[in-house]
Amino acid sequence: MEQPVTAARRGAAVRIAAVRKEYVSAAGTVLALSDIDLTIAAGEFVCIVGPSGCGKSTLLRILAGLDRQTAGTIAVEAAGWEVENAMVFQESGLFPWMNVETNVRFGLDTRGIPRAEANGRVDEALKLVGLSKFRKHYPHQLSGGMRQRSAIARAFVTNPGMLLMDEPFAALDAQNRVILQAELVRLWEQTGKTVIYITHSIEEALLLGNRTVIMTAQPGRIKTIIDVPFPHPRDLIQLSASPEFGKLKLDIWRVLEEEVNRARAETEQ
Amino acid sequence: MSGLSTKTRERLLYLISPIGLLALWQVLLMMGFGDRRFIPAPTDIAYRYWEMVMSGELAEHTTVTLYRVFTGFFVGSIPGIVVGLLMAMFRPVRIFVDPLIAALFPIPKIALMPLLLLVFGFGDASKIAVVAIAVFFPVIINTYSGAANIEKIYWDVARNFGASQSVMFRRIVFFGALPMIFAGLRIALAVSFIVLVAAEFVATKSGIGYLIWNSWELLQVDVMFVGIVTVGLLGLIATVCLQEIERKVIPWKAE
Repeated sequence: MEQPVTAARRGAAVRIAAVRKEYVSAAGTVLALSDIDLTIAAGEFVCIVGPSGCGKSTLLRILAGLDRQTAGTIAVEAAGWEVENAMVFQESGLFPWMNVETNVRFGLDTRGIPRAEANGRVDEALKLVGLSKFRKHYPHQLSGGMRQRSAIARAFVTNPGMLLMDEPFAALDAQNRVILQAELVRLWEQTGKTVIYITHSIEEALLLGNRTVIMTAQPGRIKTIIDVPFPHPRDLIQLSASPEFGKLKLDIWRVLEEEVNRARAETEQ
Repeated sequence: MSGLSTKTRERLLYLISPIGLLALWQVLLMMGFGDRRFIPAPTDIAYRYWEMVMSGELAEHTTVTLYRVFTGFFVGSIPGIVVGLLMAMFRPVRIFVDPLIAALFPIPKIALMPLLLLVFGFGDASKIAVVAIAVFFPVIINTYSGAANIEKIYWDVARNFGASQSVMFRRIVFFGALPMIFAGLRIALAVSFIVLVAAEFVATKSGIGYLIWNSWELLQVDVMFVGIVTVGLLGLIATVCLQEIERKVIPWKAE
């Protein structure tokens, strides 16, 4: 799977091996993730799809360092990048008490980047997402789409090896979602960062990524991994309307349907 | 009143009850109900108020009271904010401080006055101390609950973007708690006037509280009322100022 990016610009590589996550609660131990093995190449755009409760967000939180696996290893190779990863959260997570500019600069301030350099990079990142004019606005003065753009700028500005995105566009209306998806793909094509993108929509996964990891719930396991054959640069609107896209989507649904039926048959025996 | 907007009508309604009460008070006294030597009419109070403003006597007491209130307010609220935030950030701090708050908060702070006179003497320090102690509790409780209720996602974002404990404290927890901190400060402001006026009843020769108590002992009831009205006005002005500051300091609070 070749991407149109040079080797020097490629993002972090990740090797996830036998990762398992258990939660201990009053009701007992809940197995959230089981036997997760996944190798992600530098510069790949991987989408993880699954029903709610399949542990996909937990996996992302572990990758982000916000949670720890119970067993298994995660190795990230991010040499040459300033930080290993930066996360874009579902509801943007912009700090309401900081304006756009300060929010975007946050990850640079925490890492002690000198103010002049930080401001230059913030300018660039805001230009990249088209928010230069809104730099002094507070999050409550922005639309949902603009908030997610700010969150993307905040992640990009830190120069991470990989972007971790947790259903970043789920709360947006359909039109804004399409626009932001196209912008994200364009940014990825330009920068060649590794992207791990959580979604519950198979269609979105196929549209954006190079590979789609399909997970099932209880416990969260990887059911199957699909190579998405569409070349980059992609025109998402054209792609989504193409017969090849429709056929791939249908094939995947057939596979899932079979597995759902088999699982049901097993439980009913 | 059909020509008036709803807002104007509500404002008028807002003024009717206090003005009506004052008018009733005045009329009853003028009709001979009650002894005007013991219960002065609103006009008597207003006259005495004007007199005391012109002589500078009122300004003198007001200055002393304001100095004590604001010094005590700052001395008490700043540690209240700091410790409240630390309680939210560090569990051991919370476990350590919680029982102290539970035990000390219900004690009427004015009951500490003899002790404070013993420790700080009869000067301003003992009055400032009693205000500071009284202010500390509402501020710490509100600050803690504000900081403890910061949405989890902000902690996650801060951690993911490499925030140290000190950045967490200054840029996340403090600002996240700020709306609640101001709610605490508003209560604390009222409390500081309440406690100080009571503290000034004893062992001092200055301040609005002294003015009220002293005029009672001399049976100058109109002067006493001047003192009471002054406390009310000072509290009102201070609260309005605090609300203005809040508006400036919390620009992200949606209108």
